[in-house]
Amino acid sequence: MNVHGWILPGILLSSFLTGMVIFFLSEESHRLRTWLNLLGAGVKLILVGALLQGIYHGQGYSLELDFLPGIPLALGADANSVLFVTLSTFLWFWTTLYAVGYLEDSPHRSRFFGFFSLCVTATTGIALAANLVTFLVFYELLTVSTYPLVVHRGTPEAMRGGRIYLAYTLGGGVVLLLAVAWLHQLAGPVMFRERGVIEGLVAAHRGELRVLFLLFMLGIGVKAALVPLHGWLPKAMVAPAPVSSLLHAVAVVKAGAFGIVRIVYDVYGVETAARLGVLAPLAFVAGATILYGSVLALFQDELKKRLAYSTVSQVSYIVLGAAILGPLATIGGLVHLVHQGIMKITLFFGAGNYAETLGVHRVSELNGVGRRMPLTTAAFTIAALGMIGVPPLAGYITKWYLKKGAITAGAEWVALVLALSSLLNAAYFLPILYRAWFKDPPAHWPHEHCFGRLETHWMLLAAPLVTAALVVWAGVFAESSFSPLAWVKLIAAREYGP
Amino acid sequence: MTASWAMAVLVLGPLGGAAGAFAFPKGGRRLAGVAAVTAVLALLVLAREVVTNGVQLHRVGGWSAPLGIDLRGDGLAVLMLAITALIAGAVTLYAPPYFLPLAGAESRDRERWFWPLFLFLWSALNALFLSRDIFNLYVTLELLGFAAVTLVALAGKREALTATMRYLLVSLPASLFYLMGVALVYGQCATVDLSLLAAKAERGPVLWVALALMTGGLVAKAALFPLHFWLPPAHASAPAPVSALLSALVVKGPYYILLRLWFEAFPALMTPAVAQGLGALGAVAIVWGSIHALMQARLKLLVAYSTVAQLGYLFLLFPLAAVREGGWLAWNGGLLFLAAHACAKTALFLTAGNILQAAGHDRIKGLDGMTQVLPVSAFAFGLAGLSLAGLPPSSGFAGKWLLLSASLAQGQWWWAAVILGGSLLAAAYVMRVLSHAFTQVALATKPRPLPAVQEWTALVLAALAVGLGLAAQGPLDLLRLGAPVVLGGAGP
Amino acid sequence: MVETGFTVYLLAGAGVFIIGFHALLAQAHLLRRIMALNVMGSGVFMVFIALSARTAGEAPDPVPHAMVLTGIVVSVCATGLALALADRLQSVTGATELEGGPAPGPNAGSGGEESHP
Repeated sequence: MNVHGWILPGILLSSFLTGMVIFFLSEESHRLRTWLNLLGAGVKLILVGALLQGIYHGQGYSLELDFLPGIPLALGADANSVLFVTLSTFLWFWTTLYAVGYLEDSPHRSRFFGFFSLCVTATTGIALAANLVTFLVFYELLTVSTYPLVVHRGTPEAMRGGRIYLAYTLGGGVVLLLAVAWLHQLAGPVMFRERGVIEGLVAAHRGELRVLFLLFMLGIGVKAALVPLHGWLPKAMVAPAPVSSLLHAVAVVKAGAFGIVRIVYDVYGVETAARLGVLAPLAFVAGATILYGSVLALFQDELKKRLAYSTVSQVSYIVLGAAILGPLATIGGLVHLVHQGIMKITLFFGAGNYAETLGVHRVSELNGVGRRMPLTTAAFTIAALGMIGVPPLAGYITKWYLKKGAITAGAEWVALVLALSSLLNAAYFLPILYRAWFKDPPAHWPHEHCFGRLETHWMLLAAPLVTAALVVWAGVFAESSFSPLAWVKLIAAREYGP
Repeated sequence: MTASWAMAVLVLGPLGGAAGAFAFPKGGRRLAGVAAVTAVLALLVLAREVVTNGVQLHRVGGWSAPLGIDLRGDGLAVLMLAITALIAGAVTLYAPPYFLPLAGAESRDRERWFWPLFLFLWSALNALFLSRDIFNLYVTLELLGFAAVTLVALAGKREALTATMRYLLVSLPASLFYLMGVALVYGQCATVDLSLLAAKAERGPVLWVALALMTGGLVAKAALFPLHFWLPPAHASAPAPVSALLSALVVKGPYYILLRLWFEAFPALMTPAVAQGLGALGAVAIVWGSIHALMQARLKLLVAYSTVAQLGYLFLLFPLAAVREGGWLAWNGGLLFLAAHACAKTALFLTAGNILQAAGHDRIKGLDGMTQVLPVSAFAFGLAGLSLAGLPPSSGFAGKWLLLSASLAQGQWWWAAVILGGSLLAAAYVMRVLSHAFTQVALATKPRPLPAVQEWTALVLAALAVGLGLAAQGPLDLLRLGAPVVLGGAGP
Repeated sequence: MVETGFTVYLLAGAGVFIIGFHALLAQAHLLRRIMALNVMGSGVFMVFIALSARTAGEAPDPVPHAMVLTGIVVSVCATGLALALADRLQSVTGATELEGGPAPGPNAGSGGEESHP
């Protein structure tokens, strides 16, 4: 561990300790709990900021702890980690704020926020993991800490959703364990390194490496919601909205996509993977998922379910980017990690606002919400347009790079898939926007709460507005040196560089 | 010299405590506490001696083998003693508040007999782990059996007595099989000392029969499929602290003897058939035990069947450690798993005891919302379940990882499938119970409040089961001392 | 001759052991099963004693004698425990046999409410 390595466990502990303390708070200590939550998120934000600062100046960070014989628990901050950890930390802060507002008067808030903090700890651990075993540890911890969030409401549907969630994720975990153990058998302790670590094995173990790749994709693909492993995601919609937003924008699904990125870039190395011939099937699965998710989203009337299938589709853009050889595609995929996160979280915040304020859960009930809740709907609109790929918003940047990258790599069919997907996105988002803005609201909303002058609770309003602003900024200021795009270009340069 | 004293105290301390508790029932708890502290101190002294000066040998009465009785502290022995001390210490804390709420004469009786028997059990275990010849192992095994059997009968009810009788009727003939094996070994080799046998043993019909008899007896006492049928009723009907002792420690005694026999004394006789056979039985045990655990209506029975399943993992060590390459990984993995299981299973039984006392029953379907009243116990159950299901970073995971690595290194991929499948099954039956922690239900009956000690002992042990995974390097290094030659160790 | 005698006793001991084991499995009454255990024990002890005579022409080997003495003590304790338990079982439940027969299946003893063990 080098001198500055302490910042890494610090980032983890800021949410872990918060969670542990919150577990023991009594239900009634609202203010203490809220303050602790925000304090933890704030401290984490500051530490991550310091980390960014250090990385920018060329500082390295690493930490190792004894774990299994010959294999330490290793934390590190390379370019990929920093991308993911910054995203999760930033979004965690706003999701916490949102959750506090959303769950007012809900039971079991101490339990909820305790596991919420653990979930973020696990996600941060996934981001900062410097070797495959550490990744696995936090990956499984994520499963364990998100289950109580999914079943939080305790209703029979929630329990059912939780069971299905566990069946999928634990099953995937076991496959991943097999893959990790097997790879260690072949290659010894596997640290993440740009351009991969298995180059030397290709000659002797070609077949095995291909099977291993499949196992890795199966194991991680569950969380990344690759078709046909996505079945748990729509069922997990029984969770409260903050959980859905967290699961979909930040934690579980993103962790899955991040895992695939790690495997392709930092374990196999994208060029080695291309030579092994495993990228093409992956691209195909990603393409299929993109279309499948979009098509199914069209048929959902329940808003959260529609957004769930949209996530299934959109996360595969990241996988697609990883599966195409070439820096442009890499940039497109990685930057979508950030863009999809902020866009989707905004959408879920919006959906949560509609449900909480008006009792509206279905698209068919959304007529005229724009008039009743203009700010929320504005945020929702921005995010939706971003998803469709309307310039100059974030989503447009992604699609541009992916398209360019695909054509450069000679995979024109991908460009077609992307175009189709944009069309489908429009097909399932535009009607919502039309209803919201241009149709007359009903006489009574299903279940209205009034919040005084503001259209809804201020905490429920702040979060989506901030994230929507980010969607605009990430798109408009993409070419500046402070955008997610700039960072991603750095990563790509290191992966493909001389 | 110091080590000899430490070993003597380890055996005689709890024994003296038992005698004292028998003679002065009123002072039972205090004597137990004193004995526990003494034993733990002696263990620390012994451990330090072993770590700094290597394997320690003590010849009782100055008579050396083959006439005398040797006590030996090597890495494995110290590890087993440490696990014993940990679990026994936890039980010493848990038992007083557990037995307290029982009314009247029945309660006083039960607690009165608990302490002498418990201390006697502890002494027998310590003696067993330190013994160096197979006859002394027989004696300590029998002592262990007597204490365990009587502890099960403490509950006094019909179910407990029947289970006890069944346990006794399996345990006694099993010991006799073992003894017959000892006789044949002595007839063939003229010695019963493990180290001397290692030098003398050669393949031959007499030794094959002897080992078959001994293994058969020990396998029955260790509840390996298909001789496991006595375990669930016995472990389920005993009082919670007793169940913990049984599942975590008592069944590990015969297993320890099996390890010593096959890896130290008679490695030459371990053919692939034997190793794979034991492994196969272990695999069946994992599946059978897990499926039955899923089918149970009562919590304690579920946990008891879980023991049957988890013991199966321990027998996977045989085929994996029998192969030179990767054998050391498997040895480490199996023993780490043993430690993990001891902590986790104790936590589970203690939690079950808590639930039983708070709710008055242990029907799984009736657990809804119970954990809202017992959040600490629920959390303990969750953590222990984490280890059982082999989720990282628990020690259960570390043990399984090592076994998995060994099986992949040796190309014995079928054991890998068993290990992974077993994890999923374990997760299934753990979640069956834990999901009730989250269901929203108004409690029908008002639960009785529990002393904090009961809940917190369970939690600490569960946390240990998980935390040991992060601190596994220490115990694994310990195992190197005096490790069997066949695994590449330095030997006796 | 000493050698022939030694083998005969050895085999006889094994035979007694097997007879005892068979009785343990086949008999249902608890007292008979406990007696069967004793018979098994005697068989093992016979084998031990026979082995002490295997040193032809010299004095018998005393080590098995010591082991048998220890074994007898253990056996007496075991019998005492078993008898006390059988007696208690009979007074509480009235049964002199274990339900489910000599070697019951896996679900034996798993029924019933347990209110406070």
